[in-house]
Amino acid sequence: MAELCGVIGIGQTQYAAKRQELSMPGLLREAAERALEDADCTWADIDAVVIGKAPDMFEGVMMPELFLNDAIGGAYKPMLRVHTAGSVGGSTAIVAASLVQSGIHDRVLTVAYEKQSESNATWALTISMPFSVATVAGAGGYFAPLVRGYIRRSGAPEDTGIRVAVKDRQNALKNPLAHLQLEDISFDMVADSPMLWDPIRYLETCPSSDGACAMVMAKESIATDSTRPAAWIHATEMRSEPTMFSGRDQVMPRATLDNAASLYKKAGIQNPRSEIDCAEIYVPFSWFEPMWMEGMLFAPINEGWKMTYEGSTALDGDLPVNMSGGVLSSNPIGASGMIRFAEAALQVRGMAGEHQIDGARKALGHAYGGGSQYFSTWIVDNRKP
Amino acid sequence: MSEEANEPIEVLRLPVELEYQYTAGESASRFLRAIKRGKLLGQRCPVDGRVYFPTRGCCPQHGVPMADDGSVELPDVGTLVTYSIVRIPSENIPLDLPYVTIQVLLDGADTVMMHVLGECALEDVHMGMRLKAKWKPEEEWESSVGNILYFVPQDEPDAPYDSYKEHI
Ligand SMILES: [Zn+2]
Repeated sequence: MAELCGVIGIGQTQYAAKRQELSMPGLLREAAERALEDADCTWADIDAVVIGKAPDMFEGVMMPELFLNDAIGGAYKPMLRVHTAGSVGGSTAIVAASLVQSGIHDRVLTVAYEKQSESNATWALTISMPFSVATVAGAGGYFAPLVRGYIRRSGAPEDTGIRVAVKDRQNALKNPLAHLQLEDISFDMVADSPMLWDPIRYLETCPSSDGACAMVMAKESIATDSTRPAAWIHATEMRSEPTMFSGRDQVMPRATLDNAASLYKKAGIQNPRSEIDCAEIYVPFSWFEPMWMEGMLFAPINEGWKMTYEGSTALDGDLPVNMSGGVLSSNPIGASGMIRFAEAALQVRGMAGEHQIDGARKALGHAYGGGSQYFSTWIVDNRKP
Repeated sequence: MSEEANEPIEVLRLPVELEYQYTAGESASRFLRAIKRGKLLGQRCPVDGRVYFPTRGCCPQHGVPMADDGSVELPDVGTLVTYSIVRIPSENIPLDLPYVTIQVLLDGADTVMMHVLGECALEDVHMGMRLKAKWKPEEEWESSVGNILYFVPQDEPDAPYDSYKEHI
């Protein structure tokens, strides 16, 4: 790595079911301008733009980055588009960081988004081919059988998922940008909500949101002198594997385990559970919190549910997870991974507001996508590596 | 600023259609022709000998073409590996709610296929159930896995968990 890279600006939109007062570029612009303002710079200071979103079929606008870069303010600047399904927000941030770390650019703006109100994700994910019958109703239909597999293997109590759903929605009440603000959220409310994709209940599922998230990243000399504290990137990692092959562990894919081991090695972390202060993990269905506690090596295999059950992942636990309310509270799909990365950075910058973990210095941002096959992660810290 | 500038933005719903002509290729054509005759053809990976069903002609793990003479005819019986009861509609799934989406491991195959379960009370669905395919009437068969309407439970003991757990 030629250069150190720091996150010096973060901008998020208000997340909501329908941001109809904004066009698609308007949505990105809201996030990008907030990030520029936080970084105390203007479009003139930006050398390149990296844009990410989930598959184009969602909104039915193909290669939208071609018009979005001009429309949000990046005209004539080099632009890259990243595609890795639901993990794209994370991999987009990693690509942006690499442009600084490699010494190619001094300051890069990255933005990821989804305008779900103008799309039909469930339709786009339910494709029909002669090799298969269309039986998988959206992402929930795909992941529910895997959740059942996890429950069978781990023997986790059936209410583990309910506990995650309550915790994340309570956290969202401390995040004014979060889409779902369920003041009266409770165990019974989640337990009594309809079973959509057994064993996944309605309130154990992410909402469908409009939103965008942006970050400004800069090389060491700029980030050191930035107006507000930088979040220094200590390590980034990406791993993927095919959706389907014989003997594939669909519940705990090798790609997540390899990703975690490699990330921690790069970051010089020996014991992630004690060295990392808090984590933003991609949890679109509540059961994925315990699953990724194992997948990120915070807990032994089949014991991740104990962290949820014992309150370790609560705001006052030893490893708070999804302080912002997580994907369960806001899900603009393409942005959701970047929000995890940005919220981890906000924590170590001490700028997370009411959901700030006191004294957070080292944080994990995590995203996954496709059929549990794409993983992207980073470690940020308020100290230089 | 004019009056019009303050008018609310209107949203137009413009359905887009995109129709693909799908060219199946040699190996997949063999698979689709076989299923039109009611035969289920898997393919063996030349590296580890595992049988893929459905098959697309190459091994996703080893990145090699499936064995040329490696077509393996599979029976229409198997084991329910995992499942979900779906209670939410999707506009391109023509099934009545609730329905049971399943992953079936056909006997002799080393990959699961996704399908649906029929003729089974919801409270009786469980992992390890032995299943058999329920086919459409023969005169309606086409080159599609859709020739199998759904799978139905068989009156036999469950498969042991160890026999299918690596496929979850
Ligand atoms: Zn192979």
